[in-house]
Amino acid sequence: MNLVLLFPILIPFATAVACLLAWKQRHVQRVLSITGAVLLQASGFLLLVSVWQSGIRAVQMGNWPAPFGITLVSDLFSAIMIVMAGLTGVTVLVYSLADMDTGRESFGYHPLMHILLMGVCGAFITGDVFNLYVWFEVMLIASFVLLGLGGEKAQLEGTVKYVTLNLMSSALFLAAVGIMYGAVGTLNMADLARHMGTVKQPGLVTTLATLFLLAFGIKAAIFPLFFWLPASYPTPPAPIAAIFAGLLTKVGIYALIRVFTLLFVQDLEYTHALLLVLAGLTMISGILGALVQNELRRILSFVLVSHIGFMIMGLGIFTHLAITASVFYIVHDVIVKTGLFLVGGVVRAERGTYEMSSLGGLYSSNPWLSALFLLPALSVGGIPPLSGFWGKLVLVKAGMETGQYLIVATALIVALLSLLVMMKMWADAFWRDSPGSAAGGSVVSANPVSFESRLVLFCPIGVLGLLTLAAGIFAEPVLTVCSRAADQLLNTEEYIRAVLGGIP
Amino acid sequence: MEVVMSFVIGGLYASGLYLMMRRNILKLVLGIALLSHAANLLIFTMGRLTRGHPPLIPPGEVRVLESIADPLPEALILTAIVIGFGVQAFAIVLIRRCFETLGTDDLDEMRSTDRAP
Repeated sequence: MNLVLLFPILIPFATAVACLLAWKQRHVQRVLSITGAVLLQASGFLLLVSVWQSGIRAVQMGNWPAPFGITLVSDLFSAIMIVMAGLTGVTVLVYSLADMDTGRESFGYHPLMHILLMGVCGAFITGDVFNLYVWFEVMLIASFVLLGLGGEKAQLEGTVKYVTLNLMSSALFLAAVGIMYGAVGTLNMADLARHMGTVKQPGLVTTLATLFLLAFGIKAAIFPLFFWLPASYPTPPAPIAAIFAGLLTKVGIYALIRVFTLLFVQDLEYTHALLLVLAGLTMISGILGALVQNELRRILSFVLVSHIGFMIMGLGIFTHLAITASVFYIVHDVIVKTGLFLVGGVVRAERGTYEMSSLGGLYSSNPWLSALFLLPALSVGGIPPLSGFWGKLVLVKAGMETGQYLIVATALIVALLSLLVMMKMWADAFWRDSPGSAAGGSVVSANPVSFESRLVLFCPIGVLGLLTLAAGIFAEPVLTVCSRAADQLLNTEEYIRAVLGGIP
Repeated sequence: MEVVMSFVIGGLYASGLYLMMRRNILKLVLGIALLSHAANLLIFTMGRLTRGHPPLIPPGEVRVLESIADPLPEALILTAIVIGFGVQAFAIVLIRRCFETLGTDDLDEMRSTDRAP
């Protein structure tokens, strides 16, 4: 049954509409919103199982045969990404039950979140380049509003930067789509993959590849294009920042991996070598940025940028093992970055600030929170047996096998520096005494968090923490799934056959 | 005709980027609008410019007889224009709110989120 491909788009859409209908009833919206997210997660698993059992699934919208209609297609990679989208949706929405102000909730927080999820899932599942653009815009407009919702001073400043750079990226993407249509004469990705090799001007294909790299690179926040991210992600409330950090940049990476495995594989010496250089520079510049910041969420934002380099690194090496590692790393990064940003939100709820200089003593006052921070933090640093260790190990192995020692060395140094940054954070915010207690006064929460809401706050973070532990302890099955996904990404015939059927 | 169009598109890109690099926030939005117009015209031109041959099947025939204008780029542009319209409407509201809240229209004074406090 091919309906399973439509669920990830239909469920968030229906939820958003239902939430809009219940505009005035905040509690109804909450119930609807959580139900929708859980259903989305379930449909993601359904899709994953279905793709695992019967290979790549495709459905032609309106029964127009490909390449004339719009195709929805899901390989294992898309299915994994949809599961991750569902997971982020559920955890963030549960968390926001306890940490979201009523103002934002009554002005459409829940419907916007689901429209965002719809855009993200649509981008993961579409098989048409122009349709991908449309889903990007759906996702963007929802994220614009979410980022600006509340209208605080810093938020508006961040939104201006975010909107400008993302609209520029959209304009580049659109131009690339236009040139591609002029050069190849089709926009269906499978059809493009068939005909891309026959384009008479190879220079034009490389130009297109660079345009796509720019457009998706802005969205994924890779090296020279990432400055909007630390300027905007730290401004909204924690749940919104968490879903942005966990999910939105991964959409850019998904798009990069999709086009650079399916479409632009003619000129590997140029495109993939460029990707590798950018990956290294992203890692270094991100982590150096993180080292000099003193605000919790800005540190996390720079660490986020730095680790995007790891995912691009796998794509740049471009072997089966490397793509496996990239897919695994995306899974790992979604889990830990969402978790860390949510922990940041709890710290803010407990202490009323994100400034490292005024934090401290959290370990003695909130030991459980410290444990919940430590799991994803060590995972970011790559400590076994957490998932971050395996992601880095497989990437390094793939790099060694192809003799890319420079990028391997960079990755290892950056992993070490990540650990340093996370441990500095641990020492400053959790381990050392509170700056206030030296003067004799005991630590007083700005606004004490009740036990019930603390439970609601900790549950999703705990789930994410356990997931990074589980993905590390049971790395074998996860890596097997990622390896199958890499198979499908690299053997494009299966994808083309699933979309175009028997067309020669 | 293609040559004229390429100069028009190039001019639109140039002026769009120029406006985006100005300090005034209103010019920023105008720049974004020009960029999206340039992209739309680029798609239009890339679909080949064909004069006087609409993509219509004459009465009594089952298929088109001569080379026709490609309708697909027009469909793409239509979609892109609608999306661009929505996004630009949002951007205009955003800069208005920005001006009200921050009390300035100078982008150089909106740097508090860029640097470490």
